[in-house]
Amino acid sequence: MSQPGTETGFVHNHRTGTTMLFTLSVLLIFQLAGEVVARGLSLPIPGPVFGLVFLALACMVRPSLRQTLEPTSGTLLDHLSLLFLPAAVGVIRFLPLLRRDGLALAAAVLGSTLLALTVTAVVFVAASRRLTENGAEQ
Amino acid sequence: MSTNVGKLWVYLATTPLLWLCATLSIYWLADRFFVLTRRYPLANPVLLSAIILGALLKVSNTHYETYFRGAQFVHFMLGPATVALAVPLVGEFQELRRRALPVALALVAGSLTAIISAVGIAWSLGASTTIQASLAPKSVTTPIAMGISKAVGGIPALTAVLVIITGIIVAIIAQPWFNTLRIRDDAARGFASGLAGHGIGTARSFQAGKRAGTYAGLALALNGVLTAVIVPYLMALWHG
Repeated sequence: MSQPGTETGFVHNHRTGTTMLFTLSVLLIFQLAGEVVARGLSLPIPGPVFGLVFLALACMVRPSLRQTLEPTSGTLLDHLSLLFLPAAVGVIRFLPLLRRDGLALAAAVLGSTLLALTVTAVVFVAASRRLTENGAEQ
Repeated sequence: MSTNVGKLWVYLATTPLLWLCATLSIYWLADRFFVLTRRYPLANPVLLSAIILGALLKVSNTHYETYFRGAQFVHFMLGPATVALAVPLVGEFQELRRRALPVALALVAGSLTAIISAVGIAWSLGASTTIQASLAPKSVTTPIAMGISKAVGGIPALTAVLVIITGIIVAIIAQPWFNTLRIRDDAARGFASGLAGHGIGTARSFQAGKRAGTYAGLALALNGVLTAVIVPYLMALWHG
């Protein structure tokens, strides 16, 4: 005889597990489709970016898909920083490349990054403000 | 005894397990430390754990290729994670449609600023055209940036390094910088971080909140495509 509480717990865990498996399969299949398109058309855009677009379209056609994918993809995106660590460790290997032109590279990367952050955010805020002001007038 | 230790090291050094464990556990520790310091910008977990792992590789005389055999499992997840950015994007779709104009204007202004200022600063300091070309796509995600760099006469490996460094700089300075500028809109903060700092800026934005992360993901995708289209034209124009 099984206790009702245990059974619900089991069913719940089982569902979470299935959802995770389903989500990972969907993400990988869409990445694969994206890679096929990117390589097939030999475009400079990487496969996962096409996969992103395809999945967005699929979720718009079928809103229930987005709800099923939400928990696992949310967890994956919460830990996105970790996924860049192997590439960041790889930078160390190429640091000697930066020794020549070190000053120009440092100034260009730092200066340009600050400028790009500032211009993007300021334009975004200004355009949003105008949008809400126009909206209020209507 | 010492031969046993030697054998054990030979085993550990050749299995992917060791460096996979090191990657995950050192990042976990660095992330705990980051939270403990109330997310002090310079305690950035990617920067901190990359320095620690780099030092470990050097001390243990391990090649990056050996390290990557373990770390590749983490690296591989970047693909599906990029696809997963679609999920929060569709969730914000109504809001995004309302914000289409700010998104479009900020994208064009930010993208041009990122490219022109990087090339301009390097040029004014006397850097070669190869260095300038390697810098032009520094704000976009690595695979796109390397492709652009190659197309306009840069060094793709150098570009890859500059892209990662740019992303880490964004992860470190974006939040305090926006606080100084008094930009409080999460959408604007996220969009700018993703545009200037691609995936690493996006990852940092998701730590600040789902909304900021969503806009960062949008900027990462849009700026990747726009930069790939305009850099070849801009560089041709620049060199006359």
